[in-house]
Amino acid sequence: MTRDEIRSVVRSILSGIAPEVDLDHVRPEADLRDELDIDSMDFLRFVVGVHERLGVDVPEADYPRIRTLDGCVAYLDRRLSAPAGAETGGAS
Amino acid sequence: MPSLGADMEAGTLVEWKVKPGDEVKRGDLVAVVDTNKGAIEIEIWEAGVVEEIRTAVGTKVPVGTVLAVVRGAGEAAAAPPPAPAPPPAAAAPAAVPGPPPPSPALAPPRPGVRVRASPAARARARELGVDAASVRGTGPDGAVTVADVEAAARRPTAAPIRQAIAAAMSRSNREIPHYYLGTEIELSATLAWLARENERRPVTERLLLVALLLKAVARAAREVPEVNGHFVDGAFRPADAAHLGIAISLRQGGLIAPALHDVEKKALGDVMRDLNDLVARARQGGLRSSELTDATLTVTSLGDLGVQTVYGVIYPPQVALVGFGRVQERPWASGGKVEARPVVSATLSGDHRVSDGIRGAQFLAAVDRLLHAPEGL
Repeated sequence: MTRDEIRSVVRSILSGIAPEVDLDHVRPEADLRDELDIDSMDFLRFVVGVHERLGVDVPEADYPRIRTLDGCVAYLDRRLSAPAGAETGGAS
Repeated sequence: MPSLGADMEAGTLVEWKVKPGDEVKRGDLVAVVDTNKGAIEIEIWEAGVVEEIRTAVGTKVPVGTVLAVVRGAGEAAAAPPPAPAPPPAAAAPAAVPGPPPPSPALAPPRPGVRVRASPAARARARELGVDAASVRGTGPDGAVTVADVEAAARRPTAAPIRQAIAAAMSRSNREIPHYYLGTEIELSATLAWLARENERRPVTERLLLVALLLKAVARAAREVPEVNGHFVDGAFRPADAAHLGIAISLRQGGLIAPALHDVEKKALGDVMRDLNDLVARARQGGLRSSELTDATLTVTSLGDLGVQTVYGVIYPPQVALVGFGRVQERPWASGGKVEARPVVSATLSGDHRVSDGIRGAQFLAAVDRLLHAPEGL
């Protein structure tokens, strides 16, 4: 899966959580909680959506790595590219 | 038309989920009503067979209007009762046609309010959908004029949900003598337990701290019943269960606090699952009537917005409200040492007609104690 495809899926998940937000105006480097006005329950729904749509289980310790759109796409790209069972490493 | 809140005067029937001849049982969803809190699914509390639909889809009717007739089990089919006579009350020797249902655009007149207004002003009020009784008159002896009605119609009005909130909060401040208590709860053991618990759970069953806070509040409310119930007709009626009102912000603005039922009896995973479902339906439509009326104690958490402490306003006829702020690292003295620990502020707004500070303090102490033993929640 390319990064653009990952970004498209992530935007789709976010649009289901914050349907009234124009995602084209979301700053990709900014915290999604502020950009989309989502709370902790919305964020958990986002994590569940990532699991259901991309098959990636994001542990709580990695939540800071997916707080921005760019960070989330980079993180998921690494996870999807890594061999099964490999550790995630490095900063987002 | 049920009353779905202290501020509700009318609702619009937008969908029937049953038709004459359908069997219904207690708890079945039978209709959808549009209110100032959004579209609400109406449950029925009787079992029987739907005999007659009395209110058509699209009609706005006052609270108390008969929407349908259900024949109870064992009852023979009967002719509809005669429509009630208009005031003053009079014997009705035979069925008489009732008044036509009110136009959806026209608010029903408030009973008992005499409006000094000219016929032209009344007619103009009907045209514009203005409640003449709510207009300040500038005519002779305070009579409402056509100009007064037109000015009222031009005045910007708040969104319906904001009006509902304004009415409820104004009533609360008028009727409830509030007292406020606050405490700080150290959460290091609680959060460590939560992290370990979430490591072993699948992602779809992860818990948020809010589930533990709600469970602790529900259990504490059973220990201090004076915070859990309704003040009605001058007396406190303690609840026999903890149906927690959950303050949920709506994405289009406004706030709603539907009930999460029987929280003290649910496992944490069920609290989380049901909370997710309740928040989704609150924001997307699909709340049930019982969820708007059954809350016995409301909890509001503004920690996600960075608020440190919440001093809330009680939702009448409830008698208390619990507030949680943001979990933040703060210096904490323990065992002769000062360390950075995660701490949350918890507050209680209490109705002084029902409880005193000492009982409120015992409630907050119980919440603290219960959160320090999360494996027992």
